[in-house]
Amino acid sequence: MATLETVAGRERGVLRRPTASTGLLSWFTTVDHKKIGIMYGLAAMVFFLVGGLEALLIRAQLAGPDGQLLNADQYNQVFTMHGITMVFLFVMPMSAAFFNYMIPLMIGARDVAFPRLNAFSFWAFTAGALFLYSSFFLGGAPNGGWFGYAPNSTTDPTPGMTFYALGLLITGISSTVGAVNLAITVINMRAPGMSLFRMPVFVWMGLVVQLLLVFALPIITVALFEMLFDRRWGTHFFDPTVGGEPLLWQHMFWLFGHPEVYILILPAFGIISEILPVFSRKPLFGYQFVVFSGIAIGFIGFGVWAHHMFAAGLGPVANTAFGVSTAIIGVPTGVKIFNWMATMYRGDIRFHTPMMYAIGAVAMFVIGGLSGVTHAIVPSDYQQTDTYYIVAHFHYVIFGGGVFAFFGALYYWWPKVFARKLGEGIGKLQFWILFVGFNLTFGPMHILGLYGMIRRTYTYPESLGLTFWNQVATLGAFLIALSVLVFLVNAVLTQLKEKGLADEDPWDARTLEWTTSCPPPHYNFEEIPRVRALDEFWHRKYVEDERSGRLVPAQAGASEEDHEGGHGIHLPGPSFWPLVAAAGLPIVAYGALYSWWLVGAGVIVLLVGLYGWALEPSVAEE
Amino acid sequence: MAETEERATAPHTPGHAGSHPSAREYVRIGLILAVLTGLEVTASYLDVSGAILIPTLYVLSIIKFLLVVMWFMHLKFDDRRYSRFFVMGLAGAATLYLIVLISFRVFGG
Amino acid sequence: MADVAAPAQQHDEHQTTTGLPNTKLAMWVFLASECLLFGALISAYVLYRGRDETGPFPSDVFDIPYTSVSSFVLLASSLTMVLALAAAQKLDVQRMRLWLLTTALLGMSFVGGQVYEFTLFHEEGLAIDTNLFGTTFYTLTGFHGVHVTVGILMLLSLVGMSIAQRLPPDAAFPVEMVGLYWHFVDIVWIVIFTVVYLIPTPAPGG
Repeated sequence: MATLETVAGRERGVLRRPTASTGLLSWFTTVDHKKIGIMYGLAAMVFFLVGGLEALLIRAQLAGPDGQLLNADQYNQVFTMHGITMVFLFVMPMSAAFFNYMIPLMIGARDVAFPRLNAFSFWAFTAGALFLYSSFFLGGAPNGGWFGYAPNSTTDPTPGMTFYALGLLITGISSTVGAVNLAITVINMRAPGMSLFRMPVFVWMGLVVQLLLVFALPIITVALFEMLFDRRWGTHFFDPTVGGEPLLWQHMFWLFGHPEVYILILPAFGIISEILPVFSRKPLFGYQFVVFSGIAIGFIGFGVWAHHMFAAGLGPVANTAFGVSTAIIGVPTGVKIFNWMATMYRGDIRFHTPMMYAIGAVAMFVIGGLSGVTHAIVPSDYQQTDTYYIVAHFHYVIFGGGVFAFFGALYYWWPKVFARKLGEGIGKLQFWILFVGFNLTFGPMHILGLYGMIRRTYTYPESLGLTFWNQVATLGAFLIALSVLVFLVNAVLTQLKEKGLADEDPWDARTLEWTTSCPPPHYNFEEIPRVRALDEFWHRKYVEDERSGRLVPAQAGASEEDHEGGHGIHLPGPSFWPLVAAAGLPIVAYGALYSWWLVGAGVIVLLVGLYGWALEPSVAEE
Repeated sequence: MAETEERATAPHTPGHAGSHPSAREYVRIGLILAVLTGLEVTASYLDVSGAILIPTLYVLSIIKFLLVVMWFMHLKFDDRRYSRFFVMGLAGAATLYLIVLISFRVFGG
Repeated sequence: MADVAAPAQQHDEHQTTTGLPNTKLAMWVFLASECLLFGALISAYVLYRGRDETGPFPSDVFDIPYTSVSSFVLLASSLTMVLALAAAQKLDVQRMRLWLLTTALLGMSFVGGQVYEFTLFHEEGLAIDTNLFGTTFYTLTGFHGVHVTVGILMLLSLVGMSIAQRLPPDAAFPVEMVGLYWHFVDIVWIVIFTVVYLIPTPAPGG
C-alpha cells in the first residue's frame, strides 16, 4: 500500500521552508514538474502572442510598397525580436512545457531527476525573457537579426545587441540546465520494465533534443560572450580591421543554430508520433525506424551547419561537403514521413482536432522539407539565399510543422492537464482558419523569393512588382491572428466549464500518462507501474482475441503485476531558492551594461540562492 | 597498475568495478604527471624544428590528459556509460572545431 | 537528520534505471558539454595565433618557468583532490578536510599566480583589447580562471559543510562530484599550457 509522507516543512535552514502547495505563492516555490510545465506553457503562449504582434507589424509594413508604418531602424528591431521571440521564447519553452509535464508521466516517474533545478530553469528563462524585452525601454531592442551577424552586430552603437548577447546567455543557462535535468530523467528514472525501446517516441525525441541542447548551447555561449566582449570591452574576435574574422561568428552561430532547428522540430515529431497512432487506433508503424531516424537527424544535424553559409565564400570543397550532408539529412526525415503515413493507412481514423493538426503538421512539414531539399543544392541556393524563398521554407517547417503540432498537442493533452476538453466544433473551425491563413501567408513567399524579394529589408518599391503577393501574405497573417484569437476564446470558454471529465481516458490512448487521473495527483502514480510492452496502457486495455485476432477489452481491474508494490512516496518539497538564484542572473546582466557594482550584487544574489539551495535538504522533513 | 588495493570501508558509488587505486598509486601517477610536465617544458626550450616539437608536445599533453581522466577521474574503472558521454563531448568538440579551423586554412590549405 | 541512514548519494531511495546515481551521470554530461565550451575558446586562440601585425606577441610576455610552476601547482592539486576522496572513502573526515583545504589552497595559488601574471603582461602593454593575442589569451585563460575559482568555492564549501556537520558521515559522494569538476578544470589547463604557452607562435608576418 502506498503511503504518502506529508511534506510539511519545519524551521530549517536559513529561512523557513515554504510549505504551501496551493495558492498563488505556491507557484513561485513549486518544484512539481506539472506546475512548472504549465508555467512554461503559459509563458510560451504569452510570447507567441507578442511575437505574433511583431509579425503583424512586419506584415502591415510590407503590405504595400514604401510602407510608412515602421522606419528602417524600427523595422530592424521588430523583425529581430520576432525571430528571437518565436525561436527562444515561444517554441523552446513550449517544448519544455510538454516535456516537463508529460515525460515523467510517460515513463512512470514521480518527478524529474532534479526538481529544484527544474524550477531554476523556468525562473532563469523568465528572467532572460523579461531582460530581453526590457531593451525596448532602455535604448532599443536587438536589431541585428536573430542570427546577429558580425561585424554589424558588434559595431552597432545602440545597446540592443548587448541585450541580445546577455539575454540569450541567460536563457541559454536555463536551457542547458533544463537539458541535463530531462536527459538524466529519461535515462535514469524510468519505471521498471520500461526499456529504452518501450519508451514512447515523444520521450525518445525528448532525449535527443536534450542531448542536442547540451552539446550545441556551449558553442553559442562562447560566441555570445565573444560578441559581448567585442561590443563592451574592445576585443577583436570579429574585428576585421586587425585581422579578426566575422565569419567566425557565422560558424559558431550556425554550429549551434543548425542543431537548434532540430531542437525546434523534434518535439513536434514526437507529438505527431503520439497523436497519429491514437487517432488511427493503430500502433506507430516502424517504431524503431522512427526512433533511429530521430537519433540520426540529431547526429547528422551537427554536420550541416555551413549550408547557412553557402554564399559566404567558403569555397567549393566546403560547399560540396555541406551540400551532400544536407541532402543526406533529408533521408531520415523522409523515413519518418513514410512511417507516419503507414501508421494511418487502414487505420480506424477519427478526425478529432488533435488528429487534424497532426496530419496538417505532416503535410505542411513536407512542403517545407521540399523547399529545404532545393536549398541543399548549392547553385540553386545561390538564387534562394537571402530571399523570401528561405523565409517561406523555414516558416513551413517551424510553423507548419512545429506550431501545428503544438496546437495538436494542446488539444490532445488539455483534458489531461485541465480536466476539460477544448471545444471540438470551435477547434475544427480554428484549425481551418489557421490552415488557410498560414498557407496564404507563407505560400506566396516562395514566389516572392523567386521574384527576387530580399529578406530583412523594411520596404520595397512598387516597380519591383512584389505588391500583389505581399498583400496576400498580409491578409493571411491577419487570418492567422484571427485563428489564434479563436483558440484563446476556446481556451477561456473551456476553462469556465466545470472541471471534471466523464471519461478520464477521453481519446482511448496508448501511453502511461493516461493511466492517471485528470489532472494527475501531486505524486503522479499511486504505485509505480511495471511496464511490459511498448504502448503499455493500450495493452492493459486490449488483448488480441485468440480466435479472431481482433482487439477485445482485457479483463477489467489491475493485475498484481501492474505495479511495483508499496513504497513510501517521497517527494521534494517546495523551495524559493531556485527563484532567488535565478534572480541573480539578470542583475549580473544589467551590471554588464551599466555598472560593475551591479555585477557584484547579482553574483551575491546568485551565490545566496545557490548556498540556500545546497544547504536545504531536497526532501522536506517532517 | 593498481597492484595493491585498499578496500574502502564506505559504500562505493554504484558503477565502480570495485577496485580503487591506492593512495600510493595516486602519488605515483602524480609524480609521472610532474615528470611529463618537466619533459614538456624542457622540450619547448630545445632547438628543434616545429615539425618534431609540436607533435611531441601534443603526445606528452595527451598522455597527461589521459592519466588524469582515466585514473584521477576514475573513468578506467567506472561504468562505461560515463566514458561514452564524455567521449561524445570530447570527440564532438574536436571534430567540429577542427573542421572550422580547416575551413580557415589554419593548417595551410 | 531523518535520512542519515540513506545512501549518501541520492535522496531517492528508489533504484535508478541504470543503477548509476543521477548526480554523477549529470556531472559527466555537464563535463561533456564543457568540452565544447573550452574547445571553442581554444579554437579561437589557435585560429588567431600568429595573425597579429602589432604586438605584444607571446614571446614578448611569456615567462615559461613561471607558468610551469603554476602548472605543477594545479597538477598537484589534482593529486591532493584524489587523496581527499580516498580519505573520504575511508571515512577519515579529518584527513579529508585537510586534503580538501590543501587542494583549495593550491587552487588559490594558481589563480593568484595567474592574476599576478596578467598584471605583469598588462604592464608590458598587453590588454584584452590590444590585439588578437590579448583578446584570445585573456578570454581563454580568464574563463579557465573563473572555473577554477568556482571550484575553489565548492572545495571550501565542502570543508565548511563538513565542519558544520552538514555533510552525511559518508561524504565520499559529494567529494567525488567536486573532484570530477576539479580534475576537469585541471585537464583543460593541461591543454591550455601546451597549446598556448609551449607551442611556439610563428613570428609576425611568417
